[in-house]
Amino acid sequence: MALTDSTIRRSQPFGFLRDLATRWDVIAFIVVIGLIAFLGEAARNLFIPLAQLDVTPISLDPIHLPEYAARTTLRMLAALALSMLFTLTYATWAAKSERAGKFLVPLLDILQSVPILGFISITVVFFMSLAPGRVLGAEFASIFAIFTSQAWNMAFSFYQSLRTIPNELSEAADSFRLSPWMRFWQLEVPFGLPALVWNMMMSMSGGWFFVVASESISVGHTTVALPGVGSYIALAIEQKNLVAIGWAIGAMLLVILLYDQLLFRPLVAWVDRFRVEQEPGVRVPQSWALTMMRRSRLIQGGKLAFQSFVLWTSRAVPRRDAAAAAAAAMQAPLRRLDLLWLALIVAAVVLGLWHIVAVVVTHTSPHEALYVSGLALITMFRVFFLIGLASLVWVPIGVWVGLRPRAAQIVQPIAQFMAAFPANLLFPLAVFGIVSWKLNPDIWLSPLMILGTQWYILFNVIAGASALPAELRYASENFGVKGWLWWRKVALPGVLPFYVTGAITASGGSWNAAIVAEIATWGSTTIEAKGLGSYIADATTAGDFHRIVLGIGTMSLFVVLINRIFWRPLYYYAERKYRLT
Amino acid sequence: MNSSPLLQCTDVRKAFPKPDGGELLVLEGMNLELHAGQIVGLLGRSGSGKSTLLRLIAGLSEPSAGQLSYLGAPIFGPAAGIAMVFQSFALFPWLTVFENVALGLEAQRMAKPEIRKRSLAAIDLIGLDGFESAYPRELSGGMRQRVGFARALVVHPNILLMDEPFSALDVLTAETLRTDFLDLWSEGRMPIKGVILVTHNIEEAVLMCDRILVFGSNPGRILSEIKVTLPQPRNRLDPSFRELVERIYVEMTARPKGAAAVGRQERFPGLGIGSVLPPVSSNLFAGLIEAVAASPFNGTADLPKIASDLQMEIDELFPVAETLQMLRFAELEGGDLKLTEEGLAFAQADLDERKRIFLRHLLTYVPLAAHIRRVLDERESHQARKSRFIDELEDFMNEDAAEQTLSAVVQWGRYAEAYAYQDDNAMFSLENPT
Repeated sequence: MALTDSTIRRSQPFGFLRDLATRWDVIAFIVVIGLIAFLGEAARNLFIPLAQLDVTPISLDPIHLPEYAARTTLRMLAALALSMLFTLTYATWAAKSERAGKFLVPLLDILQSVPILGFISITVVFFMSLAPGRVLGAEFASIFAIFTSQAWNMAFSFYQSLRTIPNELSEAADSFRLSPWMRFWQLEVPFGLPALVWNMMMSMSGGWFFVVASESISVGHTTVALPGVGSYIALAIEQKNLVAIGWAIGAMLLVILLYDQLLFRPLVAWVDRFRVEQEPGVRVPQSWALTMMRRSRLIQGGKLAFQSFVLWTSRAVPRRDAAAAAAAAMQAPLRRLDLLWLALIVAAVVLGLWHIVAVVVTHTSPHEALYVSGLALITMFRVFFLIGLASLVWVPIGVWVGLRPRAAQIVQPIAQFMAAFPANLLFPLAVFGIVSWKLNPDIWLSPLMILGTQWYILFNVIAGASALPAELRYASENFGVKGWLWWRKVALPGVLPFYVTGAITASGGSWNAAIVAEIATWGSTTIEAKGLGSYIADATTAGDFHRIVLGIGTMSLFVVLINRIFWRPLYYYAERKYRLT
Repeated sequence: MNSSPLLQCTDVRKAFPKPDGGELLVLEGMNLELHAGQIVGLLGRSGSGKSTLLRLIAGLSEPSAGQLSYLGAPIFGPAAGIAMVFQSFALFPWLTVFENVALGLEAQRMAKPEIRKRSLAAIDLIGLDGFESAYPRELSGGMRQRVGFARALVVHPNILLMDEPFSALDVLTAETLRTDFLDLWSEGRMPIKGVILVTHNIEEAVLMCDRILVFGSNPGRILSEIKVTLPQPRNRLDPSFRELVERIYVEMTARPKGAAAVGRQERFPGLGIGSVLPPVSSNLFAGLIEAVAASPFNGTADLPKIASDLQMEIDELFPVAETLQMLRFAELEGGDLKLTEEGLAFAQADLDERKRIFLRHLLTYVPLAAHIRRVLDERESHQARKSRFIDELEDFMNEDAAEQTLSAVVQWGRYAEAYAYQDDNAMFSLENPT
């Protein structure tokens, strides 16, 4: 990849002296050195003993906020890197091996439906034992929790990309005899990148939502508060400090703005070239940070080195020659391996079932199970009702905005930002309100579930309405289609596929949010709404392992079933009937 | 030319397994030799297996039976000396022109200076100088296909495979590229020894090839081999060029010699319920009937002439002409399309009368349509699921062909008002929506 760039540069030998450093070099230098210093400082803190955390407890003094914000961000980025690693391996394995895929893909679907908090409560003890007595163990647990909120949708997106690589591109790679390693880096990863970056952004937003839960860990007797924005907020809630909440919101806004500008904007602008289908007239995404990286010789040098390294790896990895590959393919029907694999899966399923039975049946009464199912129904009703309510509000607004390009340009980024903003920051305010006005928590806690997820409905509908072909709109105007008829026959069918996509995302997010949203505390006041979410949250606080498993299992089951029975058929129906191509 | 061949295919056969355990034969009895200095054309319509054969030669798939050998050695997987140019270019959108061209050499782990030298030479040769740092999306279709050529040539292949390389380009661009390619080829400036060109364009085949293998379908097989001895550069308006084009049209529409059952099937594909029906709309066949009925053809049209008049390639024209033949509205013979009496009557009739004529022919000559109608008549509810007929069709053909066939018969049935079809619940019925 590096060849053209380097050849052009080489042809002007004293180019480097002519201008010692461009202004982009200066900016790049500051940014890079700043990052290195920050990473070093943060890493140093990992190895201090756990007891140290008690000596220097979280302080609500805003002067500490920059450090807290930095450490939280670092945790999230580490989790993102882990998710990336997971994606590139797990999804590739699932896509390449038919045998493995049969099992790995449904597994991913299940993992996706397990509420994130569930992972924390189950894994924290394990991670703490990895580095006993050190902060590192708690950090592991926290990062793993954030990882579980980021990884699944990224893996899914990459898996889908791998399965939809255009036939001719794949044949071209074969016919020029790219080794599997080279094929992976030159064809498969680039092809999957655009979708992957989009999912990374969604994952990052998802991660913020659980930052409080993942930093201020409290499962049974284990209580750890890692320095970070999440712990800061937890403490502010405990001390009923509204001002501190305000500071935290400010810090988070700033952090979100920063990584949006420094990380995601450049990424989005950069991956634009990896799109295979190029629709003309679509605005090319811009980013000042990417411009900086492209113009700065310092960063270009780094890029060249990296590219040479990638090329070097594709040379270093030994390649099987065609004859050997063919010989291997000749023994194709690996029946025995198939059987072995099947046996492994069956064994895993039996073992899993046995465990579930052992845990749930022996320790919980049928009555309890029935009760939990009832709670799940309550939560389900809440989710559907709220999605319906949000749709009533946002679909008309979204259509209105989407049909006006000017308005869409203003509203769309705001909607996306709102989706990235962790809505749980507003929870304390809501609790404050509910307590002061003595409102019914069963009703008034519910809106919190959809606070962060409703935006997916809005910005998908906006996208759908802007994609409505102008000619269709002219035609309906021409024939005098107006009012309710216009909504029924033109606008609503036109945006339906987009709306369904948004509603699916919102629904999944709301289920996840239920655990945080059905129970809320403010100082010593705890208010609770009856539902599966608060059941799991209660069980987590109590450290009741069996109830946690029961609650989480029920929630996963409900989410998977609702997806299979309701959302998926609806999605395919909308795609088939209403997708304008 | 009496040296050993670059490439040899012997009795090659390709079949795909079907879900019910049977197999779908797509290619049979393929014998082919490519010698140095030759351009061999594989000419046929879509579904005749010519692209399948090209992919077998490229080592992208394996034959079910028979032998393929390159320079005397059997082909297992993509061979080093065989490179391919794709119909839709298949460039990597994230790589520049230079990087796209260099990729094949990177895969061979050549030394960097050598890669650079050879890539620049290939780019230069194919007329892409100055475009090295452009991304494919910045290029026109013609320039993109030039990158496709440069990328194939840079690996110095002995055999160049071309899969309809000009069919995604507009007429003018395609002509320029063809001429440039032929110039380079006849001047011997390309590092290749032999070429195999897949095409469905008869004139293109005559213009470029030394030998043309005409393919037939169901299953794909070679109908005849035609040697082209005209000197290069060839002129489309040259009478002997026209004569050759005409001859190939005749070959492609000829009744097969002998009374081979397979051949009969192809002549009248409507003979069995299991024939694949082409997706030809009622507008298309009505339009062709009208065009043939009108002057200057007056009921009998010379295929090359009407193809160029209507600007249709054989891939578009033949399915329509054959549909007319299947419905007994026309006869295809000796490179001519001749309307039957009913065809002429159809041309004269008004819309309602046309529908009546068409209904009669549809139910008489298309067994699948008759079958659907019979099932609907016999049932008390006068309704039947689509899946029922799909299942029946899949005994004879693959899933895609079954879908295509059923969708053709739905369209025709709607035009004839023989039955109704509701896509929402995938049901055939006898009621017409009010």
